[in-house]
Amino acid sequence: MSGALDGVTVNELLAVMGARELKDNTTVFTGVGAPMMASGLAQRMHAPRLTMVIEGGIVGPRWKPGSLAISTNEMRAAYRAQMLTGITDAFLLAQRGFLDVGFIGGAQIDRYGNLNTTAIGGSYDKPKVRLPGSGGANDIISLCREVIILTAHEKRRFSETVDFITSPGWLEGHDSRRRRGLLFGGVSRVVTTLGLFGFDPESRRMRLEALHAGVTVDDVRANTGFEVEVSDRLTTTKPPSEEELGILRMLDPARQFIG
Amino acid sequence: MTISRREYDFQAARLRLESKPKSAGEKLTTLDEAVAKVKDGDSLAFGGCLFSRTPLAQVRALLRRRPKGLTIARNLMCYEGEWCMVAGAVDKVVTSWMGIGLPWGLSKIVREYVESGRVPMEEWSHLALGLRFRAAAMGLPFLPSLTMLGSSLVDVGGSKTIDCPYTGEKLLAVPALFPDVAMLHVHRADRFGNCQIDGYAHMDADIARAAATVLVTAEEIVPEDEIRLHPDRTVIPGFIVDALVHVPYGSYPHECYGVYDAEPDHFSAYVNGITERGAAGVQDYLERYVYGPATHADYLALFGEAALADARRRGKELVT
Repeated sequence: MSGALDGVTVNELLAVMGARELKDNTTVFTGVGAPMMASGLAQRMHAPRLTMVIEGGIVGPRWKPGSLAISTNEMRAAYRAQMLTGITDAFLLAQRGFLDVGFIGGAQIDRYGNLNTTAIGGSYDKPKVRLPGSGGANDIISLCREVIILTAHEKRRFSETVDFITSPGWLEGHDSRRRRGLLFGGVSRVVTTLGLFGFDPESRRMRLEALHAGVTVDDVRANTGFEVEVSDRLTTTKPPSEEELGILRMLDPARQFIG
Repeated sequence: MTISRREYDFQAARLRLESKPKSAGEKLTTLDEAVAKVKDGDSLAFGGCLFSRTPLAQVRALLRRRPKGLTIARNLMCYEGEWCMVAGAVDKVVTSWMGIGLPWGLSKIVREYVESGRVPMEEWSHLALGLRFRAAAMGLPFLPSLTMLGSSLVDVGGSKTIDCPYTGEKLLAVPALFPDVAMLHVHRADRFGNCQIDGYAHMDADIARAAATVLVTAEEIVPEDEIRLHPDRTVIPGFIVDALVHVPYGSYPHECYGVYDAEPDHFSAYVNGITERGAAGVQDYLERYVYGPATHADYLALFGEAALADARRRGKELVT
């Protein structure tokens, strides 16, 4: 996949860059795959007092290396958790405002960070491709204080418009999200295999803020289906370190999730 | 596709409960008698979540009766939803997500049945579906929430918003979902149907309160005193339960927290069957695992004692 650094997989890159976004003494609503790897890595690097909340009703698990969960509702996801509650109540922690950050991914994303994981093409009743659906993604993006999207950067994903808004980012930009009743939160970051995006505080349009080593703005443009706005303070990310990669490979020795 | 009044009619749901015996008596029965309470056209809610504590023994017993016209609701629908589609048992699926899990990718059965319009899939956010059951469990027609607003999901079921009578802010009015029948699998119960669940609570306690009829399978039937010594562990009181069946490995090859682990290799074999033969792969599976075995013991024999013991060992290992 384009953008992956030599010897670093897509999910390793996303996990490392995602982990660096998390701060100590905060809470994160996380899932399986790259979000799980990012959260686990942050906890072992700079954020030991990070608490993970997972939609299975899990608070504060300490996952067993080599025995990571393939769903947010199976026993491995809850390994050595501090609390297990119901699914509805886990999401209500987010509605109450206890969740600082949420991680999600998405099949299709537009310039306002709106995500589609429901259906591509056709109509809702007869779609061309039926995707699995929201799961908890809509709730995470609606209810957490900030949301970080982790995704591979491909032209077919970064689309001018999304066919269905499963998970609302900044909707049509400006104050449209607030006007629709989403009083809190919003997408703050999009971490991709090419770089990091933020959102213009006024227009709420996605803006390229950092490139990964070896990636150019033209590479980003060539892989994006909408016009790419670029920050005037564009930076370059530090490549994943040996220490970061070492922790990820310790957590997932069979490379089931890091690829 | 929009929700119908029947789903959120809290008065009708209340009257239905008032007219029903709420017995503290014996609830133990057989699987066949329990699932015979399901009528064609009923709406069902399955407990558990994805491949955790799914009431699979009940789903298999139900499908052997060749039901028709069902609506099935579950927060994350796993392969039991695919069985129901291919068996021709369902008219509608209500869920927030459907598939088996990350490693198995998009469900080819969902693609075939939903894209063709044969079985509509009504999608809610995970929390919204949880609040639908909770509103019903509370005996209310809806619950206000901050989720799902501004998304296309609002239009799928025809959800409405309300202006908060105190602050004036816009809130989603998540409509209640009162299913006809709840199908649940729990860790233990006494013979009167007082149920205890370990580990993941999922949405089972709300679903039990929301439904008009409650069918439960339990890994273990324990003496009444064992429940009375730990009443704080009871999440479903016996008077809610209509039928109880003792079914060890009642959610296998899905997991039952602390008792046995799931069997991902079994899911892979199932998905390989679909990759090779499409819906016919599911038919093959139904013949072998659902319609074929005459009893639950015959079903378990298809896996063998060694596999069952290994699942039990792994399940215990994850909580010790």
